[in-house]
Amino acid sequence: MIASHLPALQVVVPLLGAPFCFLLWRSPRLSWLLATLISWLTFAISIALLVTVNNSGTIEYAFGGWQAPWGIEYVVDQLNAFVLLIVSGIAAVVFPYSWISVQQEVELRQQSLFFTSMVLCLAGLLGITIAGDAFNLFVLLEISSLSTYTMISMGRDRRALTASFQYLIMGTIGATFIIIGVGILFMLTGSLNMQDLAQRIPELDQSRALHVAFGFLITGIGLKLAMFPLHLWLPNAYAYAPSAASAFIASTATKVAVYVMVRYLFSIFGVNFSFQTIHIQWLFVPVSLFAILFTSIVALFQRDIKRMLAYSSVAQIGYMLLGIGLFNVTGLTATLLHLFNHALMKGALFLAMGAVCYRIGNTFIDSMQGLGKQMPWTMAAFVIGGLSIVGVPLTTGFISKWVLIQAAVERGWWPVIIVIVVASLIAMMYIWRVIEAVYLQSRPENAKNVSEAPLSLLIPVWILALANLYFGANATLSSELAGNAAATLFSGTGF
Amino acid sequence: MDSFFNEVISGALGRYNYWVVIFLMMSGFYVVIGSTNLVKKIVGLNIFQTSVFILYISIGKINGGTAPIVWANAERYSNPLPHVLILTAIVVGVATTALGLSLIMRIKHAYNTVEEDEILAISLEEDEDE
Repeated sequence: MIASHLPALQVVVPLLGAPFCFLLWRSPRLSWLLATLISWLTFAISIALLVTVNNSGTIEYAFGGWQAPWGIEYVVDQLNAFVLLIVSGIAAVVFPYSWISVQQEVELRQQSLFFTSMVLCLAGLLGITIAGDAFNLFVLLEISSLSTYTMISMGRDRRALTASFQYLIMGTIGATFIIIGVGILFMLTGSLNMQDLAQRIPELDQSRALHVAFGFLITGIGLKLAMFPLHLWLPNAYAYAPSAASAFIASTATKVAVYVMVRYLFSIFGVNFSFQTIHIQWLFVPVSLFAILFTSIVALFQRDIKRMLAYSSVAQIGYMLLGIGLFNVTGLTATLLHLFNHALMKGALFLAMGAVCYRIGNTFIDSMQGLGKQMPWTMAAFVIGGLSIVGVPLTTGFISKWVLIQAAVERGWWPVIIVIVVASLIAMMYIWRVIEAVYLQSRPENAKNVSEAPLSLLIPVWILALANLYFGANATLSSELAGNAAATLFSGTGF
Repeated sequence: MDSFFNEVISGALGRYNYWVVIFLMMSGFYVVIGSTNLVKKIVGLNIFQTSVFILYISIGKINGGTAPIVWANAERYSNPLPHVLILTAIVVGVATTALGLSLIMRIKHAYNTVEEDEILAISLEEDEDE
């Protein structure tokens, strides 16, 4: 009985749990416990969904018994079961971590609100991923975005407020572009259901209105996923948000937006329209190559390590778009693999920075000098995450870069490979800067002595760091999931 | 010549709603980007979103269509779905505005100004101090 309602529960559990988190505002600890419980529950549900999809194929769930295309439908296929697993898995690791970190970084009276926003954000992100209805996707996108703005604004620094405001403006413009696109699609096809849209769009592929809708949707989603020239909201948002929020958003929100992009390009508009009528690859390849190089170089010059990681995120999103732009199954596999791998590595790095922030109060590179001796475990986890960003063998970063390079070889695009290698070297430089400061410099005389971060911070950091090593050494599971999903998307039977 | 004018006029006036949509959309968008005052930015964002509401409402209108209530004399009905959709979008817009305005209040407390260029100058100074 329950099993058949799992797709709905995936979103309903956090959505209904959030008000209860809020009602417990007198006791932040209780609302945190509830939030953690919810995150574990959603993780369990997403595992169950993934197993079911792998055994018995795509699940279609009609809300309230109203059949699609009239009713709202949730669809779980191999692609979004994989993304659901990423989002809820990261939540299940970050939520337990957040208690101590939030204690220190967020005002007492706002703590329950912070946990409420986190749960709402989780609900929104899971909802975006699972929705089979274009308008429903927009509403859930706004739920997750509004709660993200709230979380960011709770950072200690007053610049968190302006960062959040800037994100609100750009995010809302993006979301509005998305509804304009959806509105035009509805005008043309009379449908909002994604499968239904996918069937009706091929007949219209010369319609100029369809091209306009495509433009609005890609720009809107591009704003949400911080596609290169539209990424300006991201560095400040990640740098000034409370650590737990940075870790959660950095490893999930942009990934979900990339998923939405893949869904629109491959399942809804279809491979033929997106790549052979519009030639979206001629936008994605140059933009992503420029993003990879430019933002990696900018990352080199950051003093705040959280901001450095934020710029590195924009470069990593470049890799994901590049995978789409290469326009072959291997490239799309690399994109999907990188969704998973980047969530693991950025999660580990931001959580490690949260632990540093907990002890020394900021994440500036000069305050971190000599920290390697005083916080050996935290910094070791940072090094693992850093090596993964660089793409050293036996880490997850290597796997996705390797597949991406294979895809470029299949295309025969050698300059692309050179850019990937050069960007990896730049990544090595910015990670090395931190390693050098932390291990080779001695602690300044006037710096206060600190001890290792508490276990409740260290355990989540190490879960993600070890996951980086495990999925780097043994990538069969993740590559199989990503490969299957990519092959299905390319075959044109997108759902 | 006459037919040309007829075509232009019917083309322009027949799509009257959409001209309004485009005008509102562009002016709202311009205000968001062009103004330095944060409150004005939110107002611009509202105008921008309102243009989308009108776009959706226009989609639902069908010539000669009546309100979508079962009625023996009705020949055809307007499509109620876009109207319902836009109710949801209005709610989202209200939530965004509320959040934006409350952020502006906190910014005013923290920086004592709501002008973007002044805030930027203060932030730059802070960056240098660190």
